[in-house]
Amino acid sequence: MNALPWTIYLSFAGAVVALAAGARSAANARIVALVTALAGFGASLYAAAHFVPSQGLQDIVKVPWIPELNLGINYHLAADGISLTLLVLTGLAATAGVLFSWNIEERAGEFFALYLALIGGVYGVFLSADAFVLFVFYEIAIVPKYFLIANWGSTNREYGAMKLVLYSFAGSALVLAGLLWAYAAGGGKSFALGDLAAAATHFSHAQQLGMFGLVFLGFAVLAGMFPFHTWAPTGHVAAPTAASMLLAGVVMKLGAYGCLRVAMPLFPVGFEFWQSTITCLAVAGILYAGFVALVQEDFKFVIGYSSVSHMGFVILGLAAANSQAVSGAVLQMFSHGVIAGLLFAVVGRMVYERTHTRKLSDLRALPLHRLMPFAALTFVLAGLASMGMPGFSGFPAELTILIGTWKYSPLAATFAAGGILVAAAFTLRVIQVSFFGSTESGATPPAASHGHASGHAEPYAPITWPERAGALLLIAATVYVGLKPDILLSWITPALQSPLMHAVLKGGTP
Amino acid sequence: MNQPILLSAIVFTPWLGAALLAFLRGASGSTSRSLALIFSLSTLAISLGILSGFDPSRTTPQFVEHYPWITALNVHYHLGLDGLSLVLVLLTGIITPVALVASWRDERSPRLFGALFLALQGAALGVFLALDFFHWFVFWELSLVPAFFLIKLWGGPGAARAAYQFVVYTIGGSAFMLLGFAAIFSATGKLDFISLAQEAADGTLARQLAASGGGWPYAVFVGVFLGLAVKVPLWPFHTWLPPAYSEAPTGTSMFLTGVMSKMGVYGFLRILWPLFPGQLHAAAPCLLALALGGVVLGAWAAMRQTDLKRMIAYSSVNHLSYCLLALFAVSYATGRPGVSSEAATAALSGTILQMFNHGLSAAALFYCVGILEARSGGRRGLGDFGGVRTAAPVFAGLCGIAMFSSLGLPGLNGFVGEFLIFRGVFGLNALAATIACLGLLATALFLLTFWQRVFHGPSAGGAVGLKDLSTMEIATLAPLIVLMFVLGVAPQLLTQLINPLVTAWAGHLVLP
Repeated sequence: MNALPWTIYLSFAGAVVALAAGARSAANARIVALVTALAGFGASLYAAAHFVPSQGLQDIVKVPWIPELNLGINYHLAADGISLTLLVLTGLAATAGVLFSWNIEERAGEFFALYLALIGGVYGVFLSADAFVLFVFYEIAIVPKYFLIANWGSTNREYGAMKLVLYSFAGSALVLAGLLWAYAAGGGKSFALGDLAAAATHFSHAQQLGMFGLVFLGFAVLAGMFPFHTWAPTGHVAAPTAASMLLAGVVMKLGAYGCLRVAMPLFPVGFEFWQSTITCLAVAGILYAGFVALVQEDFKFVIGYSSVSHMGFVILGLAAANSQAVSGAVLQMFSHGVIAGLLFAVVGRMVYERTHTRKLSDLRALPLHRLMPFAALTFVLAGLASMGMPGFSGFPAELTILIGTWKYSPLAATFAAGGILVAAAFTLRVIQVSFFGSTESGATPPAASHGHASGHAEPYAPITWPERAGALLLIAATVYVGLKPDILLSWITPALQSPLMHAVLKGGTP
Repeated sequence: MNQPILLSAIVFTPWLGAALLAFLRGASGSTSRSLALIFSLSTLAISLGILSGFDPSRTTPQFVEHYPWITALNVHYHLGLDGLSLVLVLLTGIITPVALVASWRDERSPRLFGALFLALQGAALGVFLALDFFHWFVFWELSLVPAFFLIKLWGGPGAARAAYQFVVYTIGGSAFMLLGFAAIFSATGKLDFISLAQEAADGTLARQLAASGGGWPYAVFVGVFLGLAVKVPLWPFHTWLPPAYSEAPTGTSMFLTGVMSKMGVYGFLRILWPLFPGQLHAAAPCLLALALGGVVLGAWAAMRQTDLKRMIAYSSVNHLSYCLLALFAVSYATGRPGVSSEAATAALSGTILQMFNHGLSAAALFYCVGILEARSGGRRGLGDFGGVRTAAPVFAGLCGIAMFSSLGLPGLNGFVGEFLIFRGVFGLNALAATIACLGLLATALFLLTFWQRVFHGPSAGGAVGLKDLSTMEIATLAPLIVLMFVLGVAPQLLTQLINPLVTAWAGHLVLP
């Protein structure tokens, strides 16, 4: 466990080194970034190998902050199976993101410095056991996003970056207000999550409703909950590939993690009041974003909306609040992080940087499956995983969520199952149009006719080894977890039995 | 007796072949084709080995492989084989190599074609052998992926749309089946077909599902039913089928109709009926009407087709509806006074035989239409040919045999299955059997129209200068044709494998 704080420190140190190294050459900066990301990934895997799930939330560091002022704030890091799952995901996504940013030449030092700072903040959030520390790391993660998008982004980048940051800050303002309210109402003694939860048991009904509403809404904005999701598609589209991957892969998980770790256990009474509303919004998000994705004309918008739809499953699992649904939600966080990363990598890095178009009507005319067979294969696999095909991580996650949701509300589960169908429809559509569009006439047979069909096709730069390595890493992760979801579920399920989390769960022990 | 690796070997050998082909970048066309054929023959080879160790008198699954897989969901790696599975494994073992040989002349990326075909074969075998919902669903869903690409990339002009419609339609059904099993797991904590069937037999399953409301057992039944009904397909869920079958390339059509359509019927027999006996009984009058709709309207729709491939596609709807008709009739009669277990045995044996026989005859017919299409530059209309018999007598003879097998001429295999179904259904629900006769009539009409327009008269249209079958083409059709005769004369070769099982099914026709 003691390896885990190093994920934070190494990332921040790596950010400084990358900035310095980048002044000399871009190559140095990316090597520093890759080594840092791998070190973080390695540290999380090392901790995972020595992890004892049954011990619940395990303290790692606890140092009082400004003890003289008696603020009750501790630099307090702790981890359980849920944090560990997300830490491994962060390491994985960070490593893959560096590999897919290998071609960044322009101000590479700054790019990777911001990138690693973002990663460090994310690690920090997943490790915090003190609401104040969590909030600080949360803010640290938001700022670099703005610069990454505004400086290295593409379509409408200023607008996308500004919208994203405004939504994020609005969300965190709500969180801060809610937490300060709870801190003050509890006598201003402590920001530790456990102490706040204990204090909250004495709060009035109205206080709980208000505090839960503020904190949950603040975090849910970042998780992309309908109807507060509109920042996500525009932000994803504007962001450079690695930032899209981190946004969808990890940053949206910060919001969901905040809901699960802070809002729900601290204010269980408030949660009970809002539970049905959240369920409705989650189901609406799954279906609405799915249908919107079905009619998008920009390749990246399809993936952006699919992220919102998949995060709807996470929120649904949290809202159903029993051991299966919540385990499924955490599994889905991992799964979506990997799959969304892969989808954005194909669209943003492999396709867009070669064809310079993301319009499906343009891509339809290109025989991409022949020009980029590796990209086509990767996208087909990622698309299948995203559709919830068995054999990939999305399937056990969605199945577990459906099982848990059924216990809470069969009606919600039925509508969510409709979301699986919509996901299949938009994923197949985009696979057909983007990569196999030119076969639609039926006149051009596949692959065989290298000769005559390549006449109108421009040759593209071959897929580079970092792209291949990144894609293989993520595919391996989604397949491995798809075939052996026990590996993560055996961490997650015991974590839900800890006193803090248990307050949230209603019935339904596994 | 138990060789614990045999069933896994059956499922994974084709996948191994698919992986091998996927990695052999430089393999030439003929190497790829030969490798695909060799790997596809593994099923037949291993299942002959199984046949020698198979004990038909045991009605429980044999050669069982059972290991824990996902503890959090109580999921097991669970393979097992009884008479029903064995018949379908044998069918898959026969149809796949034939379909691969039928695609031998296709020059469009044979390596990829072979890999996808082997992937499809392995998935179908997994469906017939897996006994845990999770394990089974993996194969059920994954089978769609190679099928999608086989239709889309090698199909006709409308293939993209047909493949999309096929997959989205099927996944739509599957999503509700998945939800149904999510509900079952919430109620029971189990996903194993065998133990769920035991709980269903003594009524525990329905009671547990009804704990959250009396209507829920029916809602869950409807969910699982939808997934299977789309796959078979049961009328009126069949609209994806004619475009998918007719746009697919010949070899793929053969596999789709020969093997994949059996996955749905198998699901009805293995999952829906054992798990929801009471609900199926209650819904049986409605479902009988739907099955009759498929039998009668499928045949009448086939009669109205001018595209030969669509004609065979609609006749598949008709033939598979007989299987479901028999099952629904048995379920309808369950628990009623005076239900005859002989009639039920006949109907259920007929169902299984019909699955096997339809696989042979429909695959052969699709192959014959494929030959007409290839020789005439893509024409396959009913009016595009004439006098093929004079131009190609051997072809006409073999195609005629396949047609009469499909028609149910005594002496050929198709007769036995349909006779048993009619014998059984008549004893269980005479009205349904009478109405179903209309389907027989229409089938005779459209197949004879096909025969007359295409094969008789002076050579015309695409038939002018039509070359007769080559040795290789005769060799492709030969196994199917020989089996039609053998099983027409000696159906006991198959019935002895399934008889104790079916007798056991028909033996306790009681409602929980």
